[in-house]
Amino acid sequence: MSELRELYQQVILDHNRKPRNFRKLTRPTRVAAGENPLCGDRLSVEIDLEDGVVRDIAFQGSGCAISRASASLMTADLRGKTAAEAESIFERFHQMLTAAEPSDTDALGKLAVFAGVREFPSRVKCATLAWHTARAALAGQAEPVSTE
Amino acid sequence: MSRDHWDVERIRKDFPALHQDVHGKPLVYLDNAATTQKPQAVLDALRAYYTEDNANVHRGVHLLSERATEAYEAARARIQRFLNAGQSREIVFVRGTTEGINLVANTYGRRMVGPGDEIVISALEHHSNIVPWQMLCEERGAALRVVPIDDAGEVDVDAYERLLSPRTRLVAVAHVSNALGTIVPVERMIALAHRQGVPVLIDGAQAVSHLRVDVRALDCDFYTFSGHKAFGPTGIGALYGKAELLERMPPWQGGGDMIKSVSFEKTVYNDLPYKFEAGTPHIAGAIGLGVALDYLEGLGLDGVAAYEGELLAHATEALSSVPGVRLVGTARDKAAVLSFLVDGVHAHDVGTILDQEGVAVRAGHHCAMPVMTRFGLAATARASFALYNTHEEIDALVSALGRVREVFG
Repeated sequence: MSELRELYQQVILDHNRKPRNFRKLTRPTRVAAGENPLCGDRLSVEIDLEDGVVRDIAFQGSGCAISRASASLMTADLRGKTAAEAESIFERFHQMLTAAEPSDTDALGKLAVFAGVREFPSRVKCATLAWHTARAALAGQAEPVSTE
Repeated sequence: MSRDHWDVERIRKDFPALHQDVHGKPLVYLDNAATTQKPQAVLDALRAYYTEDNANVHRGVHLLSERATEAYEAARARIQRFLNAGQSREIVFVRGTTEGINLVANTYGRRMVGPGDEIVISALEHHSNIVPWQMLCEERGAALRVVPIDDAGEVDVDAYERLLSPRTRLVAVAHVSNALGTIVPVERMIALAHRQGVPVLIDGAQAVSHLRVDVRALDCDFYTFSGHKAFGPTGIGALYGKAELLERMPPWQGGGDMIKSVSFEKTVYNDLPYKFEAGTPHIAGAIGLGVALDYLEGLGLDGVAAYEGELLAHATEALSSVPGVRLVGTARDKAAVLSFLVDGVHAHDVGTILDQEGVAVRAGHHCAMPVMTRFGLAATARASFALYNTHEEIDALVSALGRVREVFG
């Protein structure tokens, strides 16, 4: 049960039940859609990007607990960050999920609750879907993102 | 057949992969609709072929090639008997159901379907019985017509009858739904199509391991299935076609073995079934499939169906009594497949937690996205049973579902 508890931490279950920033923005400047075709998870990320800074960010869509909680915590984390900062957080986050050895998660703050996903390789896509979508939005990519 | 007459413990001994722990728990393998485990006899046959007989078929004058050819053709005859086809030349080896359907779409379909024509499928189909027809329709300017299903997951046969028209060139339907377990009344549907002179292809991928199939009693025009869902190896399957239809169809892939003579001016195609078997086939796979069907018929398909019926009844009752669990697909006539939802928990989270308890199920859209759309769902969890599953494993599933509730509160 311990690996499961690591995966489904209370913070994750809480963000799954009550996702933050689960809404539409009035005037988003960047929008992207993402999907995980194998599981059918879909979400959209909207960003109000001003002078290279994420002023507001929100998401909508449907998916498993990991993908919803990840999107929720991501939006909370990225508000106020620059696009470059977002990119480097994503790199650290991705490293935490996929590295052969557990990595130092101090710099990731609350996002460290996803460290347990590393033990569940089939669920890494769930945790990164929102991030791939946000990156596409920041990059101004029009095509929907797919984790496949 | 009561559970006393089905010696499941003895049967389980034949399947080495069942006897292992996953995540420290005994494996409870309930993903049989995706692929079944293999009996030792099949594993032995593969090893024996590569160890003793390995040679190419239909070309050698040497002894090993003769032995390989004999075993390969014996497997074809085995499949013929299994399906009760009239002639072994009506059995074409393919990689699996998907290739069987693509073969018919690319040969019969391309020859017979033109602008304004229609292909009829049902809303229950696996993507492999949708996409090849969509591709064909797009290429030929034809239209795909879809028979609706009701809330229980049963095909609306009245609507089907109304969809059949002088423009219908082919009906292609699943015998058993992979996502919901519905057993489709194909015999009636075939008779209705034939009244209009329309040939019918049956996707038997989910049927052959659960119920007796008799292509002559069904009077279907094509029937195709995958070996790996019936205890055989992956990468091998069969397409049955009525000889008069296969004769009229052009070949699909060109190459060795499918020809009688080749010159740069003209190639003469081989006879049935070799016309459709270009290149060196999966010889070991075909032999392994023959052995798998021996195994299955040795147990007796009537006994299999009766035992799985008991498992289905038990599992349906057990899952229905778990608070927050809802079954999707409640057809009156079903194979032992249960798609279900856990209230407030996504199917992937259910799948991950069950896996940690040793219980292997499928979670997702089951390659049948239109079925999910029909029920307004993105995904379900699916437990699918085979002849080696036990009543105790149903209890293990129910107990593992308790863990889901514990984790999600």
